[in-house]
Amino acid sequence: MKSYNLTHLKELEAEAIFVLREVASQFEKPALLFSGGKDSIVVAHLARKAFYPGKIPFPLVHIDTGHNFPETIEFRDKYVKELGAELIIGSVQQSIDEGKATEEKGFNASRNLLQTVTLLETIENNKFDACMGGARRDEEKARAKERFFSHRDEFGQWDPKNQRPELWNIFNGRKQMGENFRIFPISNWTEMDVWQYILHEEIEIPTIYFSHERSVFLRDQVIMADCDFIERRDSEKIEKRIVRFRTIGDMTCTGAVESDADSLESIIQEVSAARTTERGTRADDKRSEAAMEDRKKEGYF
Amino acid sequence: MSEVKDTYLDMELLRFTTAGSVDDGKSTLIGRLLYDSKSIFEDQYEAIEESSKRKGDENVNLALLTDGLRAEREQGITIDVAYRYFATPKRKFIIADTPGHIQYTRNMVTGASTANLAIILVDARKGVVEQTQRHTFIASLLGIPHIVFCINKMDLVEYDQESYEKIKAELEAFCTKLDVKDIRFVPISALKGDNVVHRSEPMSWYEGGTLLYLLENIHIGSDHNHIDCRFPVQNVIRPQSDEYHDYRGYGGRIAGGVFKPGDNVTVLPSGFTSKIKAVDSFDGPLEEAYAPMSVTITLEDEIDISRGDMIVREHNQPEVGQDVDLMVCWLGRNNLVPNGKYAVKHTSNEVRCVVKNIQYKVDINTLHRNEEDLSVGMNEIAKITIRTTKPLLFDRYKRNRVTGSLILIDEATNETVCAGMIV
Repeated sequence: MKSYNLTHLKELEAEAIFVLREVASQFEKPALLFSGGKDSIVVAHLARKAFYPGKIPFPLVHIDTGHNFPETIEFRDKYVKELGAELIIGSVQQSIDEGKATEEKGFNASRNLLQTVTLLETIENNKFDACMGGARRDEEKARAKERFFSHRDEFGQWDPKNQRPELWNIFNGRKQMGENFRIFPISNWTEMDVWQYILHEEIEIPTIYFSHERSVFLRDQVIMADCDFIERRDSEKIEKRIVRFRTIGDMTCTGAVESDADSLESIIQEVSAARTTERGTRADDKRSEAAMEDRKKEGYF
Repeated sequence: MSEVKDTYLDMELLRFTTAGSVDDGKSTLIGRLLYDSKSIFEDQYEAIEESSKRKGDENVNLALLTDGLRAEREQGITIDVAYRYFATPKRKFIIADTPGHIQYTRNMVTGASTANLAIILVDARKGVVEQTQRHTFIASLLGIPHIVFCINKMDLVEYDQESYEKIKAELEAFCTKLDVKDIRFVPISALKGDNVVHRSEPMSWYEGGTLLYLLENIHIGSDHNHIDCRFPVQNVIRPQSDEYHDYRGYGGRIAGGVFKPGDNVTVLPSGFTSKIKAVDSFDGPLEEAYAPMSVTITLEDEIDISRGDMIVREHNQPEVGQDVDLMVCWLGRNNLVPNGKYAVKHTSNEVRCVVKNIQYKVDINTLHRNEEDLSVGMNEIAKITIRTTKPLLFDRYKRNRVTGSLILIDEATNETVCAGMIV
């Protein structure tokens, strides 16, 4: 007998496309949060598939901290142009200039937390009622509790103890005025799934995911890229190392790993042998055991 | 290159849920599965090692791996469904880890709704308790195709075969009252690791496979309905570009059956008939498509079709009706209101309904029908009849979990208050 069974990547793809189409149908003004990182690139790719041969029926939104890797911005602009999609940029620098956010000080200063201010403002100004993102449940323990359709109150807050039950594949996107949703089409994907999918679909990603030589320094055993946005201690010496990035966030809070993986195949081999989590190099998660939960409650992704 | 690419592409996806009473060792079992299948990372392990020490635990408390919220760690309980992922070379697994507390039945229903398989934990010392029956009943109610009973804490009954057989017999007797297709039993010790990933030496009398072996090998290819063709239309794709000027495709996820170009189809509720022109995808036209694929279907004829309509085969149509009998699990904080009005979401359709009749409530511990007390509150199971504002296109839940399920929404709060299975 013929077997009608999808491979797991095909099943995950079908699920994500279903979610993306639900968003387009259930909301009036959805947007896709696009950071230029691999996860949001995969979501954009899936959106392309979901509405093909039509165009993606919503804009891409980038919350720009001003502390991005230059390679990410370069990729973002090129990719959006290829896609023929609209790009909306929310600038953290502008939020700071307007006095709506205050820059952190000191050696570990980061604009990661300030993103929330700019994100909520961008949502409000553009009247977005649903923001899709590439967050995955396997990334972090608070994210493991997320719904596909995550309801936020009028302040953008997440109430983890009081989430709507999500049954079967029936998604309840009903809301009061002023409230909105965060939506995570690739909730069920793991880091490995994302890499395998990128390989299988031949999706282009920023060059910093691949091994390259870079000026770096060591801080709390994490390899940080040298840049103008980080204040270095005298003891932190700059050196050249062969590195790559497993995740891409701000330059101030994203650490590199030493690696000579220069192709998708070698990255996959590296990931399958990895003994630390992807976000292990993310300083923003290390602030406390509940760092992610606390940020999410306030409106972070 | 192709080797890396292909090995991974051959894997299937199994979604399972775990249920058990408080302290049955559910989180420990998941921790054990993840740990022994080498799916835990060093930094995660170090973090829980440190937390365990801080809390004064002698062993590394694997349960801490799954408790993601601050309140959960503080109270040492699981509040909400947490999703976990791991993979072996054969399959990728999604675990919906659901809390065992009475007040959180709604979470188990949530986790169970998408699962192929349920693991139900039983404490070997206590045997079958009320909660075991409740969890088994919910698993059967939600139509989970496979149930694996793990008789846990076998180390605390000296790995005694008789204790295991006694519990197994009791569960088998209980399951005859329910509608479950495939039942398995495994004696384990999650704490010591017996029969979870590795075979147990002290229980050499057990001849079946380990839990992981079952998870890797249970046949899931028939879990979807591949007989009754059902395609609920999610959206209409009209590019209106020069290249695709007249293109009109229907986007959706196949809920049952196999669709091929050339098939004669009927569109409901209009009843118009046509032929499938193409089953499209970004990667090119497909020869056939089946559940749960997301595709775009184009038809030979121009018919007015919109979201909420369903494309089916001429000679195999779903039921069409406004009076629908449901088994429901009530999830809302406020009780079900007799004669109350609710919003209904069913496939890609959204209608309103009035609760016409509450037939009975099920005592989930005894399975008795209660026709006297008909107040239905949170976590309770009942059989009701609703009347909808527009006809629904449905199948019985036992026949199709997609076209047979719906949710009710409180129109004032927009909360999802009810999980309904059409009978």
